[in-house]
Amino acid sequence: MELLTPSPGLVFWTSLTFVILLVILRKYAWPSILRALKVREETIHFALEDAKKAKEEAEQMEHQRKKVIDEARKERDLILKEARQVKSEIIEEARNEAREEVQRMLEKASRDIEMQRKDAMLEIRKTIGNLSVEIAEKILKEELSGEEKQKKVINAYLNEMNFN
Amino acid sequence: MKKIILIFFLLLGSFSTQASGEPQSPDEPVDAFGLIMDHISDAHQWHVVDYTNSRGHEVHINVPLPVILWHNNSLWFFSSGHFYHEQEPQQLGNDYVILHEEQFYITGDEGELEMDAEGNIRNASPLDFSITKNVASMILSMALLLLMFLSAGKAYARHGIAPARGFRAVLEPLILFVRDDIARSQIAKDKADKFVPFLLTMFFFIWINNLIGIIPFFPGGSNLSGNISFTATLAVFSFLVINVFAVKDYWKHIFLAPGMPFPIKILLVPLEFIGIFTKPFALMIRLFANITAGHIIILSLISIIFIIKSIYIAPVSILLSLVMFLLELLVAVLQAYIFTLLTALFIGMSTTKSEH
Amino acid sequence: MEAMSFTAVGLGIIVLGAGLGIGKIGQSAIESMSRQPEMSSKIQTAMIVAAALIEGVSLFAIVVAWLVD
Repeated sequence: MELLTPSPGLVFWTSLTFVILLVILRKYAWPSILRALKVREETIHFALEDAKKAKEEAEQMEHQRKKVIDEARKERDLILKEARQVKSEIIEEARNEAREEVQRMLEKASRDIEMQRKDAMLEIRKTIGNLSVEIAEKILKEELSGEEKQKKVINAYLNEMNFN
Repeated sequence: MKKIILIFFLLLGSFSTQASGEPQSPDEPVDAFGLIMDHISDAHQWHVVDYTNSRGHEVHINVPLPVILWHNNSLWFFSSGHFYHEQEPQQLGNDYVILHEEQFYITGDEGELEMDAEGNIRNASPLDFSITKNVASMILSMALLLLMFLSAGKAYARHGIAPARGFRAVLEPLILFVRDDIARSQIAKDKADKFVPFLLTMFFFIWINNLIGIIPFFPGGSNLSGNISFTATLAVFSFLVINVFAVKDYWKHIFLAPGMPFPIKILLVPLEFIGIFTKPFALMIRLFANITAGHIIILSLISIIFIIKSIYIAPVSILLSLVMFLLELLVAVLQAYIFTLLTALFIGMSTTKSEH
Repeated sequence: MEAMSFTAVGLGIIVLGAGLGIGKIGQSAIESMSRQPEMSSKIQTAMIVAAALIEGVSLFAIVVAWLVD
Protein backbone atom coordinates (compact mmCIF):
# COMPACT_ATOMS: atom_id res chain seq x y z
CA MET A 1 0.00 0.00 0.00
CA GLU A 2 1.29 3.36 -1.02
CA LEU A 3 -0.18 5.05 2.04
CA LEU A 4 1.69 2.76 4.41
CA THR A 5 5.10 3.09 2.81
CA PRO A 6 7.25 5.71 4.48
CA SER A 7 9.01 7.95 1.99
CA PRO A 8 12.64 8.66 2.85
CA GLY A 9 12.36 12.32 1.89
CA LEU A 10 9.53 13.05 4.31
CA VAL A 11 11.20 11.02 7.04
CA PHE A 12 14.33 13.11 6.54
CA TRP A 13 12.50 16.42 6.61
CA THR A 14 10.39 15.42 9.60
CA SER A 15 13.47 14.37 11.56
CA LEU A 16 15.25 17.57 10.63
CA THR A 17 12.28 19.76 11.54
CA PHE A 18 11.66 17.98 14.80
CA VAL A 19 15.31 18.11 15.81
CA ILE A 20 15.53 21.80 14.92
CA LEU A 21 12.38 22.51 16.90
CA LEU A 22 13.57 20.45 19.83
CA VAL A 23 16.99 22.10 19.92
CA ILE A 24 15.79 25.67 19.48
CA LEU A 25 12.80 25.45 21.78
CA ARG A 26 14.76 23.52 24.37
CA LYS A 27 17.42 26.16 24.37
CA TYR A 28 15.46 29.39 24.00
CA ALA A 29 11.79 28.84 24.82
CA TRP A 30 11.04 26.09 27.29
CA PRO A 31 13.59 26.97 30.00
CA SER A 32 12.37 30.53 30.45
CA ILE A 33 8.71 29.52 30.23
CA LEU A 34 9.04 26.61 32.61
CA ARG A 35 11.21 28.58 35.00
CA ALA A 36 8.72 31.43 35.09
CA LEU A 37 5.88 29.02 35.74
CA LYS A 38 7.83 27.27 38.44
CA VAL A 39 8.89 30.50 40.11
CA ARG A 40 5.33 31.75 39.99
CA GLU A 41 4.03 28.53 41.46
CA GLU A 42 6.57 28.65 44.24
CA THR A 43 5.83 32.30 44.90
CA ILE A 44 2.14 31.57 45.15
CA HIS A 45 2.88 28.58 47.32
CA PHE A 46 5.04 30.61 49.67
CA ALA A 47 2.59 33.49 49.68
CA LEU A 48 -0.19 31.12 50.64
CA GLU A 49 2.00 29.58 53.29
CA ASP A 50 2.86 33.03 54.64
CA ALA A 51 -0.76 34.06 54.63
CA LYS A 52 -1.64 30.90 56.48
CA LYS A 53 1.09 31.53 59.00
CA ALA A 54 0.03 35.16 59.42
CA LYS A 55 -3.54 34.09 59.91
CA GLU A 56 -2.49 31.56 62.49
CA GLU A 57 -0.42 34.19 64.25
CA ALA A 58 -3.29 36.63 64.21
CA GLU A 59 -5.55 33.98 65.61
CA GLN A 60 -3.06 33.20 68.30
CA MET A 61 -2.71 36.87 69.15
CA GLU A 62 -6.45 37.28 69.27
CA HIS A 63 -6.58 34.27 71.53
CA GLN A 64 -3.91 35.74 73.76
CA ARG A 65 -5.65 39.08 73.84
CA LYS A 66 -8.85 37.40 74.88
CA LYS A 67 -6.99 35.51 77.53
CA VAL A 68 -5.42 38.70 78.86
CA ILE A 69 -8.75 40.46 78.88
CA ASP A 70 -10.35 37.55 80.67
CA GLU A 71 -7.62 37.53 83.23
CA ALA A 72 -7.90 41.26 83.73
CA ARG A 73 -11.61 40.96 84.15
CA LYS A 74 -11.19 38.19 86.64
CA GLU A 75 -8.63 40.19 88.55
CA ARG A 76 -10.86 43.20 88.56
CA ASP A 77 -13.70 41.11 89.89
CA LEU A 78 -11.44 39.72 92.54
CA ILE A 79 -10.20 43.16 93.50
CA LEU A 80 -13.73 44.47 93.67
CA LYS A 81 -14.75 41.56 95.76
CA GLU A 82 -11.84 42.10 98.09
CA ALA A 83 -12.53 45.78 98.30
CA ARG A 84 -16.10 45.12 99.15
CA GLN A 85 -15.03 42.71 101.81
CA VAL A 86 -12.51 45.17 103.18
CA LYS A 87 -15.12 47.88 103.19
CA SER A 88 -17.56 45.79 105.12
CA GLU A 89 -14.80 44.74 107.45
CA ILE A 90 -13.81 48.34 108.02
CA ILE A 91 -17.35 49.34 108.62
CA GLU A 92 -17.82 46.49 110.99
CA GLU A 93 -14.66 47.35 112.81
CA ALA A 94 -15.57 51.00 113.03
CA ARG A 95 -18.93 50.12 114.33
CA ASN A 96 -17.45 47.85 116.94
CA GLU A 97 -14.94 50.41 117.93
CA ALA A 98 -17.60 53.08 118.20
CA ARG A 99 -19.70 50.79 120.27
CA GLU A 100 -16.77 50.06 122.55
CA GLU A 101 -15.92 53.72 122.76
CA VAL A 102 -19.45 54.57 123.70
CA GLN A 103 -19.39 51.81 126.26
CA ARG A 104 -16.18 53.04 127.58
CA MET A 105 -17.41 56.63 127.76
CA LEU A 106 -20.57 55.55 129.44
CA GLU A 107 -18.60 53.57 131.96
CA LYS A 108 -16.28 56.46 132.54
CA ALA A 109 -19.19 58.83 132.97
CA SER A 110 -20.86 56.58 135.44
CA ARG A 111 -17.57 56.13 137.19
CA ASP A 112 -17.13 59.92 137.35
CA ILE A 113 -20.66 60.34 138.61
CA GLU A 114 -20.03 57.76 141.22
CA MET A 115 -16.86 59.43 142.26
CA GLN A 116 -18.46 62.83 142.37
CA ARG A 117 -21.31 61.43 144.30
CA LYS A 118 -18.85 59.91 146.74
CA ASP A 119 -16.96 63.19 146.91
CA ALA A 120 -20.20 65.02 147.45
CA MET A 121 -21.15 62.61 150.15
CA LEU A 122 -17.80 63.10 151.77
CA GLU A 123 -18.22 66.85 151.44
CA ILE A 124 -21.71 66.62 152.86
CA ARG A 125 -20.47 64.50 155.69
CA LYS A 126 -17.69 66.96 156.31
CA THR A 127 -20.06 69.90 156.07
CA ILE A 128 -22.59 68.17 158.29
CA GLY A 129 -19.80 67.54 160.77
CA ASN A 130 -18.72 71.12 160.63
CA LEU A 131 -22.30 72.30 160.83
CA SER A 132 -22.96 69.98 163.65
CA VAL A 133 -19.93 71.41 165.43
CA GLU A 134 -21.10 74.92 164.64
CA ILE A 135 -24.64 74.08 165.67
CA ALA A 136 -23.32 72.51 168.76
CA GLU A 137 -21.29 75.63 169.41
CA LYS A 138 -24.31 77.85 168.83
CA ILE A 139 -26.52 75.62 170.91
CA LEU A 140 -23.95 75.73 173.55
CA LYS A 141 -23.91 79.52 173.28
CA GLU A 142 -27.73 79.68 173.16
CA GLU A 143 -28.10 77.45 176.23
CA LEU A 144 -26.61 80.13 177.93
CA SER A 145 -29.53 82.35 177.01
CA GLY A 146 -32.50 80.06 177.59
CA GLU A 147 -33.76 76.81 176.47
CA GLU A 148 -36.40 78.30 174.42
CA LYS A 149 -34.11 80.36 172.52
CA GLN A 150 -31.70 77.58 171.94
CA LYS A 151 -34.34 75.48 170.40
CA LYS A 152 -35.24 78.36 168.23
CA VAL A 153 -31.67 78.85 167.10
CA ILE A 154 -31.13 75.18 166.29
CA ASN A 155 -34.24 75.16 164.20
CA ALA A 156 -33.27 78.31 162.50
CA TYR A 157 -29.87 76.90 161.53
CA LEU A 158 -31.29 73.66 160.55
CA ASN A 159 -33.65 75.53 158.31
CA GLU A 160 -30.86 77.52 156.98
CA MET A 161 -28.97 74.35 156.25
CA ASN A 162 -30.35 73.20 153.10
CA PHE A 163 -29.33 69.82 151.92
CA ASN A 164 -28.92 70.32 148.36
CA MET B 1 -4.16 -14.65 5.66
CA LYS B 2 -6.39 -15.07 2.65
CA LYS B 3 -7.66 -18.28 4.23
CA ILE B 4 -8.59 -16.52 7.45
CA ILE B 5 -10.44 -13.90 5.53
CA LEU B 6 -12.16 -16.66 3.60
CA ILE B 7 -13.22 -18.29 6.87
CA PHE B 8 -14.67 -15.02 8.06
CA PHE B 9 -16.46 -14.79 4.79
CA LEU B 10 -17.92 -18.26 5.11
CA LEU B 11 -18.93 -17.68 8.71
CA LEU B 12 -20.78 -14.54 7.88
CA GLY B 13 -22.60 -16.11 4.98
CA SER B 14 -22.58 -14.87 1.45
CA PHE B 15 -22.05 -11.20 0.96
CA SER B 16 -22.58 -9.63 -2.38
CA THR B 17 -19.44 -8.08 -3.76
CA GLN B 18 -20.92 -4.66 -4.17
CA ALA B 19 -17.76 -2.95 -3.03
CA SER B 20 -16.03 -4.23 -6.15
CA GLY B 21 -18.33 -2.07 -8.24
CA GLU B 22 -15.68 0.56 -8.79
CA PRO B 23 -17.23 3.20 -11.02
CA GLN B 24 -16.15 2.26 -14.50
CA SER B 25 -19.00 3.61 -16.54
CA PRO B 26 -18.21 6.68 -18.67
CA ASP B 27 -21.23 8.55 -17.34
CA GLU B 28 -19.65 8.63 -13.87
CA PRO B 29 -17.12 11.45 -14.08
CA VAL B 30 -16.56 11.90 -10.36
CA ASP B 31 -13.87 9.59 -9.09
CA ALA B 32 -14.40 10.15 -5.35
CA PHE B 33 -11.84 7.55 -4.36
CA GLY B 34 -9.16 9.09 -6.55
CA LEU B 35 -10.05 12.58 -5.31
CA ILE B 36 -9.78 11.53 -1.70
CA MET B 37 -6.53 9.68 -2.28
CA ASP B 38 -5.16 12.77 -4.02
CA HIS B 39 -6.02 14.86 -0.98
CA ILE B 40 -4.57 12.59 1.63
CA SER B 41 -1.42 11.76 -0.34
CA ASP B 42 1.59 13.96 -0.60
CA ALA B 43 2.12 16.15 -3.66
CA HIS B 44 4.95 18.07 -5.23
CA GLN B 45 2.84 21.16 -5.73
CA TRP B 46 0.50 22.98 -3.41
CA HIS B 47 -2.95 23.18 -4.80
CA VAL B 48 -4.63 26.50 -3.99
CA VAL B 49 -7.89 26.74 -5.91
CA ASP B 50 -9.57 25.71 -9.17
CA TYR B 51 -12.15 27.86 -10.86
CA THR B 52 -13.62 28.51 -14.29
CA ASN B 53 -12.90 32.00 -15.56
CA SER B 54 -15.20 34.27 -17.54
CA ARG B 55 -14.05 32.81 -20.85
CA GLY B 56 -14.96 29.32 -19.71
CA HIS B 57 -11.41 28.14 -19.23
CA GLU B 58 -10.60 26.11 -16.20
CA VAL B 59 -7.90 27.73 -14.13
CA HIS B 60 -5.82 25.74 -11.66
CA ILE B 61 -3.84 27.81 -9.25
CA ASN B 62 -1.02 25.80 -7.76
CA VAL B 63 2.08 26.82 -5.88
CA PRO B 64 5.07 25.05 -7.40
CA LEU B 65 7.44 23.63 -4.81
CA PRO B 66 11.12 22.89 -5.01
CA VAL B 67 12.05 19.42 -6.14
CA ILE B 68 15.27 18.02 -4.72
CA LEU B 69 16.48 14.71 -6.09
CA TRP B 70 19.52 12.64 -5.18
CA HIS B 71 20.85 10.80 -8.17
CA ASN B 72 24.28 9.56 -9.12
CA ASN B 73 25.80 10.98 -5.93
CA SER B 74 24.67 14.52 -6.55
CA LEU B 75 21.70 16.66 -5.67
CA TRP B 76 19.42 18.04 -8.40
CA PHE B 77 17.12 20.99 -7.93
CA PHE B 78 14.02 21.78 -10.00
CA SER B 79 10.82 23.67 -9.66
CA SER B 80 7.92 21.25 -9.62
CA GLY B 81 6.22 23.48 -12.19
CA HIS B 82 8.37 21.87 -14.85
CA PHE B 83 6.96 18.47 -14.09
CA TYR B 84 3.32 19.50 -14.05
CA HIS B 85 3.10 21.94 -16.92
CA GLU B 86 5.63 20.57 -19.36
CA GLN B 87 5.22 16.89 -19.79
CA GLU B 88 8.71 16.45 -21.23
CA PRO B 89 11.19 14.58 -19.07
CA GLN B 90 13.71 16.72 -17.24
CA GLN B 91 17.39 16.04 -17.68
CA LEU B 92 19.27 14.59 -14.73
CA GLY B 93 22.87 14.27 -15.88
CA ASN B 94 22.84 11.48 -18.38
CA ASP B 95 19.39 10.34 -17.35
CA TYR B 96 15.95 11.83 -17.53
CA VAL B 97 13.28 12.00 -14.86
CA ILE B 98 9.52 12.27 -15.03
CA LEU B 99 6.84 12.68 -12.38
CA HIS B 100 4.20 9.98 -12.60
CA GLU B 101 1.48 9.95 -9.93
CA GLU B 102 3.63 12.01 -7.58
CA GLN B 103 6.52 9.60 -7.92
CA PHE B 104 9.73 10.34 -9.81
CA TYR B 105 11.06 7.75 -12.24
CA ILE B 106 14.33 7.58 -14.12
CA THR B 107 13.59 7.19 -17.80
CA GLY B 108 15.21 7.47 -21.16
CA ASP B 109 15.02 10.71 -23.12
CA GLU B 110 11.51 9.82 -24.32
CA GLY B 111 10.16 9.67 -20.78
CA GLU B 112 8.68 6.23 -21.27
CA LEU B 113 7.75 4.00 -18.39
CA GLU B 114 8.35 0.28 -18.61
CA MET B 115 5.64 -1.88 -17.19
CA ASP B 116 5.90 -5.52 -16.22
CA ALA B 117 3.17 -8.08 -16.75
CA GLU B 118 1.23 -7.03 -13.64
CA GLY B 119 1.30 -3.37 -14.58
CA ASN B 120 3.92 -2.37 -12.05
CA ILE B 121 6.41 0.26 -13.12
CA ARG B 122 9.90 -1.14 -13.41
CA ASN B 123 11.74 2.15 -13.72
CA ALA B 124 14.08 3.12 -10.91
CA SER B 125 13.27 6.09 -8.70
CA PRO B 126 15.74 8.69 -7.55
CA LEU B 127 15.82 9.48 -3.84
CA ASP B 128 13.27 12.21 -3.42
CA PHE B 129 14.10 14.95 -0.88
CA SER B 130 11.70 17.43 -2.40
CA ILE B 131 9.94 20.10 -0.42
CA THR B 132 6.57 18.50 -1.00
CA LYS B 133 3.25 19.85 0.17
CA ASN B 134 3.68 18.02 3.46
CA VAL B 135 7.21 19.33 3.97
CA ALA B 136 6.10 22.86 3.16
CA SER B 137 3.27 22.58 5.63
CA MET B 138 5.68 21.19 8.20
CA ILE B 139 8.00 24.14 7.68
CA LEU B 140 5.00 26.41 8.15
CA SER B 141 4.17 24.64 11.39
CA MET B 142 7.77 24.96 12.52
CA ALA B 143 7.73 28.69 11.80
CA LEU B 144 4.47 29.06 13.72
CA LEU B 145 5.78 27.09 16.68
CA LEU B 146 9.01 29.04 16.79
CA LEU B 147 7.14 32.33 16.54
CA MET B 148 4.71 31.32 19.27
CA PHE B 149 7.09 29.87 21.77
CA LEU B 150 10.12 32.07 21.24
CA SER B 151 7.98 35.16 21.72
CA ALA B 152 6.28 33.53 24.69
CA GLY B 153 9.67 32.60 26.11
CA LYS B 154 10.91 36.16 25.72
CA ALA B 155 7.74 37.50 27.29
CA TYR B 156 8.16 35.17 30.24
CA ALA B 157 11.78 36.21 30.60
CA ARG B 158 10.74 39.86 30.56
CA HIS B 159 7.61 39.80 32.67
CA GLY B 160 8.79 37.14 35.07
CA ILE B 161 6.05 35.77 37.24
CA ALA B 162 3.37 38.31 36.33
CA PRO B 163 0.16 36.61 35.20
CA ALA B 164 0.21 35.71 31.52
CA ARG B 165 -1.69 38.02 29.23
CA GLY B 166 -2.89 37.71 25.66
CA PHE B 167 -1.70 34.73 23.69
CA ARG B 168 0.45 33.51 26.54
CA ALA B 169 -2.70 33.09 28.62
CA VAL B 170 -3.85 30.57 26.01
CA LEU B 171 -0.54 28.74 25.87
CA GLU B 172 0.02 28.62 29.58
CA PRO B 173 -2.72 26.18 30.58
CA LEU B 174 -1.65 23.90 27.74
CA ILE B 175 1.96 23.98 28.87
CA LEU B 176 0.88 23.33 32.43
CA PHE B 177 -1.37 20.53 31.22
CA VAL B 178 1.52 18.82 29.43
CA ARG B 179 3.82 19.33 32.39
CA ASP B 180 1.42 18.26 35.14
CA ASP B 181 -1.06 15.88 33.57
CA ILE B 182 1.21 14.23 31.05
CA ALA B 183 4.80 14.35 32.29
CA ARG B 184 4.46 14.54 36.04
CA SER B 185 1.52 12.15 36.29
CA GLN B 186 3.29 9.40 34.34
CA ILE B 187 6.99 9.79 35.06
CA ALA B 188 8.67 9.47 38.45
CA LYS B 189 8.78 12.81 40.22
CA ASP B 190 12.53 13.40 40.15
CA LYS B 191 12.80 12.60 36.45
CA ALA B 192 9.64 14.11 35.00
CA ASP B 193 10.99 17.61 34.49
CA LYS B 194 13.85 16.35 32.36
CA PHE B 195 11.39 15.07 29.75
CA VAL B 196 9.00 18.02 29.82
CA PRO B 197 10.70 19.95 26.97
CA PHE B 198 10.64 16.88 24.73
CA LEU B 199 7.01 16.13 25.51
CA LEU B 200 6.00 19.76 25.08
CA THR B 201 7.70 19.96 21.70
CA MET B 202 6.12 16.70 20.60
CA PHE B 203 2.66 17.67 21.81
CA PHE B 204 2.62 21.05 20.12
CA PHE B 205 4.29 19.78 16.95
CA ILE B 206 1.66 17.07 16.48
CA TRP B 207 -1.19 19.30 17.47
CA ILE B 208 -0.35 22.20 15.22
CA ASN B 209 0.15 19.85 12.29
CA ASN B 210 -3.17 18.18 13.01
CA LEU B 211 -4.79 21.60 13.02
CA ILE B 212 -3.09 22.76 9.83
CA GLY B 213 -4.27 19.51 8.29
CA ILE B 214 -7.94 20.20 8.94
CA ILE B 215 -7.89 23.77 7.67
CA PRO B 216 -9.74 23.23 4.42
CA PHE B 217 -8.11 25.99 2.34
CA PHE B 218 -4.71 26.92 1.04
CA PRO B 219 -2.08 27.08 3.77
CA GLY B 220 -3.68 24.05 5.37
CA GLY B 221 -5.22 20.92 4.03
CA SER B 222 -2.09 18.85 3.90
CA ASN B 223 -2.34 15.43 5.46
CA LEU B 224 1.04 15.62 7.16
CA SER B 225 0.14 14.12 10.54
CA GLY B 226 -1.85 11.48 8.67
CA ASN B 227 1.23 10.52 6.72
CA ILE B 228 2.98 7.37 7.80
CA SER B 229 6.44 8.90 7.28
CA PHE B 230 5.68 11.69 9.71
CA THR B 231 4.15 9.48 12.37
CA ALA B 232 6.88 6.87 11.93
CA THR B 233 9.57 9.49 12.47
CA LEU B 234 7.91 10.76 15.62
CA ALA B 235 7.45 7.20 16.82
CA VAL B 236 11.17 6.62 16.27
CA PHE B 237 11.93 9.67 18.41
CA SER B 238 9.64 8.26 21.10
CA PHE B 239 11.34 4.90 20.79
CA LEU B 240 14.77 6.50 21.16
CA VAL B 241 13.78 8.57 24.18
CA ILE B 242 12.05 5.61 25.83
CA ASN B 243 14.99 3.27 25.40
CA VAL B 244 17.97 5.61 25.66
CA PHE B 245 16.93 6.86 29.09
CA ALA B 246 15.80 3.45 30.29
CA VAL B 247 17.25 2.25 33.58
CA LYS B 248 18.85 -1.13 34.24
CA ASP B 249 15.74 -2.49 35.91
CA TYR B 250 13.76 -1.98 32.74
CA TRP B 251 16.10 -4.12 30.68
CA LYS B 252 16.27 -6.68 33.46
CA HIS B 253 12.51 -6.74 33.52
CA ILE B 254 12.41 -7.39 29.77
CA PHE B 255 15.22 -9.88 29.30
CA LEU B 256 15.22 -11.73 32.62
CA ALA B 257 11.58 -11.44 33.69
CA PRO B 258 12.49 -11.83 37.37
CA GLY B 259 10.20 -13.80 39.61
CA MET B 260 8.74 -15.92 36.84
CA PRO B 261 9.08 -19.67 36.44
CA PHE B 262 11.34 -20.72 33.59
CA PRO B 263 8.71 -21.92 31.08
CA ILE B 264 6.86 -18.62 31.38
CA LYS B 265 10.16 -16.79 30.97
CA ILE B 266 10.66 -18.41 27.60
CA LEU B 267 7.26 -17.15 26.57
CA LEU B 268 7.47 -13.76 28.21
CA VAL B 269 10.89 -12.57 27.16
CA PRO B 270 10.21 -12.61 23.40
CA LEU B 271 6.85 -10.94 24.02
CA GLU B 272 8.44 -8.23 26.14
CA PHE B 273 11.16 -7.81 23.54
CA ILE B 274 8.61 -7.41 20.75
CA GLY B 275 6.78 -5.02 23.03
CA ILE B 276 9.69 -2.59 22.84
CA PHE B 277 8.89 -2.17 19.17
CA THR B 278 5.13 -2.55 19.14
CA LYS B 279 4.66 0.34 21.57
CA PRO B 280 6.04 3.00 19.21
CA PHE B 281 4.57 1.09 16.27
CA ALA B 282 1.12 1.45 17.78
CA LEU B 283 1.80 5.15 18.33
CA MET B 284 2.70 5.50 14.66
CA ILE B 285 -0.34 3.63 13.37
CA ARG B 286 -2.74 5.33 15.77
CA LEU B 287 -1.87 8.86 14.75
CA PHE B 288 -1.70 7.94 11.08
CA ALA B 289 -5.03 6.15 11.06
CA ASN B 290 -6.93 8.68 13.14
CA ILE B 291 -5.90 11.69 11.12
CA THR B 292 -6.19 9.98 7.75
CA ALA B 293 -9.59 8.58 8.67
CA GLY B 294 -10.76 12.05 9.67
CA HIS B 295 -9.67 13.48 6.33
CA ILE B 296 -11.27 10.61 4.44
CA ILE B 297 -14.57 11.00 6.28
CA ILE B 298 -14.84 14.74 5.68
CA LEU B 299 -13.89 14.38 2.03
CA SER B 300 -16.30 11.47 1.57
CA LEU B 301 -19.15 13.48 3.04
CA ILE B 302 -18.38 16.31 0.63
CA SER B 303 -18.04 13.83 -2.24
CA ILE B 304 -21.56 12.54 -1.60
CA ILE B 305 -22.85 15.72 -3.22
CA PHE B 306 -21.01 14.92 -6.44
CA ILE B 307 -21.72 11.22 -6.38
CA ILE B 308 -25.45 11.63 -5.86
CA LYS B 309 -25.41 14.73 -8.09
CA SER B 310 -28.20 16.38 -6.21
CA ILE B 311 -28.19 19.86 -4.73
CA TYR B 312 -30.69 18.68 -2.12
CA ILE B 313 -28.17 16.42 -0.45
CA ALA B 314 -25.74 19.33 -0.10
CA PRO B 315 -27.13 20.77 3.18
CA VAL B 316 -27.13 17.35 4.78
CA SER B 317 -23.65 16.60 3.58
CA ILE B 318 -22.28 20.00 4.56
CA LEU B 319 -23.91 19.78 7.97
CA LEU B 320 -22.46 16.32 8.49
CA SER B 321 -19.02 17.40 7.38
CA LEU B 322 -19.26 20.41 9.67
CA VAL B 323 -20.01 18.08 12.56
CA MET B 324 -17.09 15.92 11.50
CA PHE B 325 -14.94 19.01 11.27
CA LEU B 326 -15.73 19.87 14.86
CA LEU B 327 -15.04 16.29 15.82
CA GLU B 328 -11.72 16.50 14.00
CA LEU B 329 -10.83 19.59 16.03
CA LEU B 330 -11.30 17.43 19.09
CA VAL B 331 -9.43 14.52 17.53
CA ALA B 332 -6.54 16.84 16.64
CA VAL B 333 -5.89 17.68 20.28
CA LEU B 334 -6.87 14.25 21.54
CA GLN B 335 -4.42 12.43 19.31
CA ALA B 336 -1.62 14.84 20.18
CA TYR B 337 -2.51 14.23 23.82
CA ILE B 338 -2.63 10.46 23.46
CA PHE B 339 0.63 10.30 21.53
CA THR B 340 2.36 12.40 24.16
CA LEU B 341 0.64 10.71 27.09
CA LEU B 342 1.58 7.23 25.91
CA THR B 343 5.12 8.36 25.21
CA ALA B 344 5.26 9.74 28.74
CA LEU B 345 3.75 6.53 30.07
CA PHE B 346 6.37 4.41 28.31
CA ILE B 347 9.13 6.75 29.46
CA GLY B 348 7.73 6.42 32.96
CA MET B 349 7.81 2.64 32.67
CA SER B 350 11.36 2.58 31.37
CA THR B 351 12.79 5.05 33.88
CA THR B 352 11.18 3.66 37.03
CA LYS B 353 13.51 1.72 39.24
CA SER B 354 12.56 -1.71 40.62
CA GLU B 355 8.95 -2.31 39.84
CA HIS B 356 9.05 -5.56 41.80
CA MET C 1 -11.30 -6.46 -6.37
CA GLU C 2 -13.01 -9.41 -4.75
CA ALA C 3 -10.47 -9.40 -1.92
CA MET C 4 -11.52 -5.86 -1.20
CA SER C 5 -14.84 -7.10 0.11
CA PHE C 6 -13.18 -9.70 2.31
CA THR C 7 -11.03 -6.95 3.71
CA ALA C 8 -14.08 -4.82 4.20
CA VAL C 9 -15.76 -7.56 6.22
CA GLY C 10 -12.59 -7.99 8.24
CA LEU C 11 -12.41 -4.27 8.87
CA GLY C 12 -16.02 -4.31 9.97
CA ILE C 13 -15.34 -7.05 12.48
CA ILE C 14 -12.28 -5.24 13.78
CA VAL C 15 -14.25 -2.03 14.24
CA LEU C 16 -17.04 -3.98 15.93
CA GLY C 17 -14.63 -5.46 18.45
CA ALA C 18 -12.79 -2.24 19.05
CA GLY C 19 -16.02 -0.32 19.43
CA LEU C 20 -17.38 -2.82 21.94
CA GLY C 21 -14.13 -2.79 23.90
CA ILE C 22 -13.73 0.96 24.02
CA GLY C 23 -17.43 1.37 24.76
CA LYS C 24 -17.08 -0.98 27.73
CA ILE C 25 -14.09 0.98 28.99
CA GLY C 26 -15.94 4.27 28.62
CA GLN C 27 -18.99 2.87 30.40
CA SER C 28 -17.11 1.55 33.37
CA ALA C 29 -14.92 4.65 33.55
CA ILE C 30 -17.93 6.95 33.66
CA GLU C 31 -19.63 4.72 36.21
CA SER C 32 -16.57 4.77 38.44
CA MET C 33 -16.21 8.52 37.98
CA SER C 34 -19.77 9.14 39.08
CA ARG C 35 -19.19 6.83 42.02
CA GLN C 36 -15.89 8.47 42.97
CA PRO C 37 -15.75 11.94 41.48
CA GLU C 38 -12.58 12.75 43.42
CA MET C 39 -10.73 10.03 41.47
CA SER C 40 -11.89 11.40 38.10
CA SER C 41 -8.53 12.47 36.73
CA LYS C 42 -6.84 9.19 37.55
CA ILE C 43 -9.70 7.18 36.10
CA GLN C 44 -9.65 9.33 32.99
CA THR C 45 -5.97 8.68 32.39
CA ALA C 46 -6.42 4.97 32.95
CA MET C 47 -9.40 5.00 30.61
CA ILE C 48 -7.49 6.75 27.86
CA VAL C 49 -4.54 4.42 28.23
CA ALA C 50 -6.74 1.33 28.10
CA ALA C 51 -8.72 2.66 25.16
CA ALA C 52 -5.47 3.53 23.40
CA LEU C 53 -4.22 -0.01 23.85
CA ILE C 54 -7.37 -1.47 22.34
CA GLU C 55 -7.24 1.09 19.60
CA GLY C 56 -3.63 0.17 18.94
CA VAL C 57 -4.46 -3.50 18.58
CA SER C 58 -7.40 -2.83 16.32
CA LEU C 59 -5.42 -0.40 14.17
CA PHE C 60 -2.73 -3.03 13.94
CA ALA C 61 -5.36 -5.47 12.73
CA ILE C 62 -6.68 -2.93 10.25
CA VAL C 63 -3.20 -2.39 8.86
CA VAL C 64 -2.64 -6.13 8.56
CA ALA C 65 -5.99 -6.48 6.82
CA TRP C 66 -4.96 -3.73 4.44
CA LEU C 67 -1.54 -5.18 3.81
CA VAL C 68 -2.78 -8.69 2.99
CA ASP C 69 -5.40 -7.19 0.74
